[in-house]
Amino acid sequence: MSAGGLLQSPTLRRAAGGELSGSLWRQAGRRFRRNRAAMGSIGVLLTIALASVLVPALWPHAVEDASWENILLPPSFENWHWFGTDANGRDQFVRVFYGGRISLTIGLMTTLVALGIGVGYGAIAGFTGGRTDGFMMRFVDILYSLPLLFFIIILVTVFGRNIFLIFVAIGTVEWLTLSRIVRGQTLSVKAKEYVESAVAIGLSKPAILRRYIIPNVVGPVVVYVTLLIPTNILIESYLSFIGLGVQEPLTSWGLLISQAVGQLDTAPWLILFPATLLAITMFCFNFIGDGLRDALDPSARQ
Amino acid sequence: MLRRMLAFTLRRLVVAIPTLLAIATASFFLMRAAPGGPFDTEADLDPEVLENLYTAYGLDKPLLEQYGVYLANVLKGDFGPSLVYEDFNVTELIAIGLPVSARLGVIAMLVALLLGGTCGIVAALRHNRLFDHATMTMAMTGIAIPSFVTAPILALFFGLYLKLLPVAGWNDGAAANMVLPVIALALPQLAIIARLMRGGMLEVLRANFVRTARAKGLPERQVVINHVLQSAAVPLVGYLGPALAGIMTGSLVIELIFDLPGVGRYFIQGALNRDYPLVMGIVIVYGTLIILLNLLSDLAYAALDPRVRRTYR
Repeated sequence: MSAGGLLQSPTLRRAAGGELSGSLWRQAGRRFRRNRAAMGSIGVLLTIALASVLVPALWPHAVEDASWENILLPPSFENWHWFGTDANGRDQFVRVFYGGRISLTIGLMTTLVALGIGVGYGAIAGFTGGRTDGFMMRFVDILYSLPLLFFIIILVTVFGRNIFLIFVAIGTVEWLTLSRIVRGQTLSVKAKEYVESAVAIGLSKPAILRRYIIPNVVGPVVVYVTLLIPTNILIESYLSFIGLGVQEPLTSWGLLISQAVGQLDTAPWLILFPATLLAITMFCFNFIGDGLRDALDPSARQ
Repeated sequence: MLRRMLAFTLRRLVVAIPTLLAIATASFFLMRAAPGGPFDTEADLDPEVLENLYTAYGLDKPLLEQYGVYLANVLKGDFGPSLVYEDFNVTELIAIGLPVSARLGVIAMLVALLLGGTCGIVAALRHNRLFDHATMTMAMTGIAIPSFVTAPILALFFGLYLKLLPVAGWNDGAAANMVLPVIALALPQLAIIARLMRGGMLEVLRANFVRTARAKGLPERQVVINHVLQSAAVPLVGYLGPALAGIMTGSLVIELIFDLPGVGRYFIQGALNRDYPLVMGIVIVYGTLIILLNLLSDLAYAALDPRVRRTYR
């Protein structure tokens, strides 16, 4: 997309911070890369993810190695117990990153489930329109007013505490907002003059979908998805905390926090590491989400 | 105006009834789809005893009949006997737990509104200065750190180390026992409310009518109190419903941590022990409450901001 006559002048373009050259996506990418909090957050998240993959594989202590001589050791550099040991003498460092594997996986997988359902549902409703749309969205309204966490708890209670069911339970509940975003965006783009003109030129439906609807829907969806991942990680931690989530021998940040709470008076450091990693992850996803929103929709920035 | 509001209320109520029916239906059939029965835990019961138990609780009848009976009973306010707490029926358990949870929730909500609102207002008035940045950083932290982390740490610090407050327990709702649960429950909502209030304030402070108010020479204090606050509080009113829902779900974990005899603790115990009637009863009661509170919050929102009413037509 050309930026128009005036900004062909290099001086003016530089004055605009180079922001107005290149395609809209390129501009957004440039704005995003300039956002230090968001870029830093990506680095931190990648580090956490990489550590979650590597540490359990490479660390001198194995995840499930219990040792009765080394119960509740405080953190020290001796003998590789950097974060101390838990009530079974297992190394907390390796467990925190092993838990990270599961927490992050659950965050991503549940979001994928929600993404699939939400985008499909919203796109069908928005693209069909009319009575179908009204009916489908009324259904979403009904689900929206339910206490969702309670339903996740019922789903988990009923179908057991299997890790795949946790994916499905959280995912099937968290798609509502996504479907609203996709449907709203589809409807509003469909009514735009440029789509009307595309129809008038004789562009086919799939082409309109590809060229106008999808690019307009992608932005808000990407932003929402980055904010949904931490929400889902938090929901999983919450479930694990009350005993309805991940079960031993698997572990997650929520379960580690829950176990650490039991040892809070004798080994207060145990809660520190899983809780800090959880909080850092929340922060990072939120910064990235905010950064993406600002980059994709600069007019919304305050 | 009045007729419009009435129509709006009616339309929302028309949605509320199928919603409640959906809650009851979904929880009933989900619970019945569960593998394993409620009496499985008491290892190896005599088949005859088991059969008697099933007959006594009506679990031997066809599913649809059970569903019909259940719905009819729910309408009468009878959620059936609890399967785990043998001497109680579900209605009694909810009646025991609800005052505890309600007291905790209402106080936490008030704290979140008052403190969060004030922080948001002051942060907006000191926009981009130290107080603003400090409050918003703290709000970010409050949102990122879940209450099941803050609660035990609060209990450890103020209860065990400083010995200022009880670590856990209800003690008939003594003020000292309420402090930590209320703080832990209020914090996440407080953080969100502070951000919302600040956002609303900043937007209104830039509005033309505020510039006019200043231009006609009103003192700043009067501008803020008479002109800014009213409009800035509108988004907050819209958030009241979700905030209450957040506090209700948050209180599950808080009641567990502080060992408070509220509805949330019964709910989790029920879920862990497959006490179907208890879990269904609580979901229906909480669902009804959340729907009603959402309705009230939306009504207040629509009354304050006419633009909202149009979206519900």
